[in-house]
Amino acid sequence: MRPFAYERAADPGAAATAVVDGTDAMFLAGGTNLVDLMKLGVARPATLVDVTRLPYDRIEHRADGSVLIGATVRNSDLAGDRGIRERFPMLARAVLSGASGQLRSMATTGGNLLQRTRCPYFQDVTKPCNKRDPGAGCSAIGGGHRDLGVIGTSDSCVATHPSDMAVAMAALDAVVHLRLAGGGERAMPLHDLYLLPGDTPDRETVLEPGDLITGVELPPPPDGAVMLYRKVRDRWSYAFAVVSVAALVTTEGGGSLREIRLALGGVAPKPWRAHQAERMLAGHRPNRELLLAAAEAEFASARPLPGNEFKIGLAADLIAASVRDLTGDLVGEERR
Amino acid sequence: MTTLDKVVGGAPVRIDGREKVTGAARYAYEYPVPNAVYVWPVQATIARGRVCAVHGGAALALPGVIAVLDSGNVSRLHPADDAELAVLQSADVAYRGQIVAAVVASTLEGAREAASAVRVDYDEQEHDVVLNPGNPRIFSPRKANAGFPGTLHWGDAESALAAAPAGVDATYTTPAEHASPMEPHATIAFWEGETLTLYNADQAPWMSATALAALFGLADGAVSIVADHTGGGFGSKAVPRPPTVLAALAARAVGRPVKVAMTRQQMFPLVSYRTPTVQRVRLGAELDGRLTAVWHDALQQSSKRVEYTEQTVAASRMMYATPNSHTAHRLLQLDVPTPSWMRAPGEAPGMFALESAMDELAYALGMDPVELRVVNEPALDPESGLPFSSRNLIACLREGAARFGWAGRDPAPGVRRQGRWLVGTGVASSTYPVFTMASTATARAEPMGRFVVEIAAADIGTGARTALAQVAADELGVPMDQITILVGRSAFGPAPFAGGSMGTASWSWAVSKVCRALVRELDERSGVVPPEGLQARADTTEDLAAQGRFSRHSFGAQFAEVKVDVDSGQVRIERLLGVFAAGRIVNARTARSQFLGGMTMGISMALHEALELDPRFGDFTNHDLATYHIASNADVRGIEAHWIDEHDDQLNPIGVKGIGEVGIVGTAAAIANAVFHATGSRQRDLPITLDRVRAAMYTG
Repeated sequence: MRPFAYERAADPGAAATAVVDGTDAMFLAGGTNLVDLMKLGVARPATLVDVTRLPYDRIEHRADGSVLIGATVRNSDLAGDRGIRERFPMLARAVLSGASGQLRSMATTGGNLLQRTRCPYFQDVTKPCNKRDPGAGCSAIGGGHRDLGVIGTSDSCVATHPSDMAVAMAALDAVVHLRLAGGGERAMPLHDLYLLPGDTPDRETVLEPGDLITGVELPPPPDGAVMLYRKVRDRWSYAFAVVSVAALVTTEGGGSLREIRLALGGVAPKPWRAHQAERMLAGHRPNRELLLAAAEAEFASARPLPGNEFKIGLAADLIAASVRDLTGDLVGEERR
Repeated sequence: MTTLDKVVGGAPVRIDGREKVTGAARYAYEYPVPNAVYVWPVQATIARGRVCAVHGGAALALPGVIAVLDSGNVSRLHPADDAELAVLQSADVAYRGQIVAAVVASTLEGAREAASAVRVDYDEQEHDVVLNPGNPRIFSPRKANAGFPGTLHWGDAESALAAAPAGVDATYTTPAEHASPMEPHATIAFWEGETLTLYNADQAPWMSATALAALFGLADGAVSIVADHTGGGFGSKAVPRPPTVLAALAARAVGRPVKVAMTRQQMFPLVSYRTPTVQRVRLGAELDGRLTAVWHDALQQSSKRVEYTEQTVAASRMMYATPNSHTAHRLLQLDVPTPSWMRAPGEAPGMFALESAMDELAYALGMDPVELRVVNEPALDPESGLPFSSRNLIACLREGAARFGWAGRDPAPGVRRQGRWLVGTGVASSTYPVFTMASTATARAEPMGRFVVEIAAADIGTGARTALAQVAADELGVPMDQITILVGRSAFGPAPFAGGSMGTASWSWAVSKVCRALVRELDERSGVVPPEGLQARADTTEDLAAQGRFSRHSFGAQFAEVKVDVDSGQVRIERLLGVFAAGRIVNARTARSQFLGGMTMGISMALHEALELDPRFGDFTNHDLATYHIASNADVRGIEAHWIDEHDDQLNPIGVKGIGEVGIVGTAAAIANAVFHATGSRQRDLPITLDRVRAAMYTG
């Protein structure tokens, strides 16, 4: 581990200045991922700027039904918040399905969004990785990639974003609030925060050095919305998603879907909002055939590898099961 | 002496429990040693070849760095049977992750950073790391681990298989697995002249000290190992591993005490693993279920430096009556770290295959799987012809079936649906040999009515310390709190390891014997303890030699109920119930924990554990506990362990068989059999992951 300086930022401006002006400086929040990466030699900051004392530790439920979750709110506090549990239950469920109690007590909202992939090659500095070392090559594509991405990936990187929380937020149309390095503010859909790897998998978000996530805003869920988060994993706790789905629906007379939002985890370099599938399903009364067709359309651009091709069928089954569970039994569903 | 209720067979709490939960119990790395410095290994990044040069200059320039060690500047060791222990003795690289250099520095973090600054030049050669059944270098080893024959036949298995009216012929695979005990391997080493002291995470204080004395060319007794508490081992700490040798070499090189602690990642290549296996089982049977042939072949791997053959087919030789048998191991030596012992080496993977095949045979015959096992109960050990000292497999099956609610089970596979779940149940047998080794122990009466018992046993979390105190209390006729039991130190004299489930069986014999001797001496003095105390010493070597010829094994039966999610293929174990026959149970509380621990590890084996080889690099891609999965609490729902009251007077004075390993044997088969019953798809490859379940259910 490279020796590093530690600073506790007194205010947001000082935090940004410390990172912009510092040599190899990084923000430190809960540290549940960054400190591991420092031990492994993957992250080698010379300075850590601790932002956990900055005034972003509140969950603000607003009169219009929206909520602003501060960037330094701990995952455990987020999952335990009564308003979140009652009005955004998929988010509470998603957060609780991630990591362990100890980790959730440290991890923050902003840090969760910016955590790095758990691709084993990214975390092993003795092996080539384009994300860690641009141009070195991707070890995962020809190696162990069962847990990695099937869509939105590129020839240079197949990493997945590991967050559960972010998948639920994607389905909730979350907006990320930023304090820019220069002092201005900006808000953008969570969807736009992340970059797909393309030829530059080392660039994961649109953030510039010193830009700081200050909070995540969730607009009020649509009237009558029901939602769930379902995570499929290789053991029943303390495992990253093989595939997860965050689903929200509203229905109208006759059982057709007025609105449907689907986000997938474990399949892509970012929380994967399944817009294509949503468009095919909205306004229709769902049945298994239609749901599988929608999933197939969503994954038309997928580029699975031999070891993770099963994720596409699994995701399709989970989409179908989620809509089934949110709407009652599907019309004409053939039990498999 | 007063008469007290016997405590052997009771359930006293662990005498070190409070120390452990309050953090007062000292593990190897925690001893305060003045002036200690820190060692960080540099590991090979090639799988085969030679180190041409180690460039330590950049590392040495960093603050606090004391030395960069490589094969050119450490002491020469004496040859050892285990070539893995020849740490830094040559420039050869035999596997990726091997220690090729090390940094000694004044801080742990400094040593780690400096190790990353050491540049190593290699002459890399092509490596061969894949257990490929078509490899022409596969051979039939003469001996397997623990002295079992490599190959064994009786009768004519081929003819019997050809003639059998019913049968099974199936191939099962198990992956490489890693023991991953909770306490990472750790050592503090320091030299005083020609004596070496090691605080070591160790299952075998005396045996390790003996091995290391030979390795360093030291006199007997010149190596002293302290292992008061060891945080699990599962075989990985049963013999010295390279990190311990590195610590001793580094301490000698820098002339100061050193500390070595493995990170979780470093443990994967350096402290051994269980071999992967490819097993073919062929069974022939009459229509009434009686086996006419058992044929079991296991292909496994070892390193090119060490021929280690896990005794995977050994249980198939003694488990069921059969007039014809062919059982064989085959081995392929690769450019990999040497596999070694991991909880129930041999029986754990072997019984997965045999007990899965028995379930397949039960279906082929339309017979209840419990009854199939019952009709194949042998009168004598089929392999040796010896009588069993005790064999209560049938009792375990019957008791387990009753407790589990097996009666009336509909055998039809793939038909029980509860919402999105398919439900199934399965059964398998467990077995493990009774090993015993000679041990010494010392007992001392002190004035004021206290007793001290010393034995170089190891309590690796099993409760051995408590069990031995119970044995001593009964023999001395005093309450347990009048006894100080000291374990974990090689200086206490010859004693076997906490391995092969032989710890309590072997140590309790010596403790019992020495306490009886002390009681006799006290009786001769009318119970008066002289001011300097009174001491007795015992050695069970001759007692063991006088044992009768019997086949000695523990047995068990495990029943599983699983649910399989039809949406995802996820398997959920609703209930796991084991009944064991393992001789006398010394401590019901700690024994239950041991059984449950073994069964839980069996759940991990069934559903989770797999080291994933990357053939290009030659190592395991997953090498931390985030990616190498073991069961979490949420994976263990209903779990019960029971035992039958078994009295066996052909074992040792306490009547102990040993319980450390039998709990993991058969678990994976019971679960796989339950998955078949639930889904109708047979899972012959471990672990049973959701993608495998989906493939079998939806495309298979």
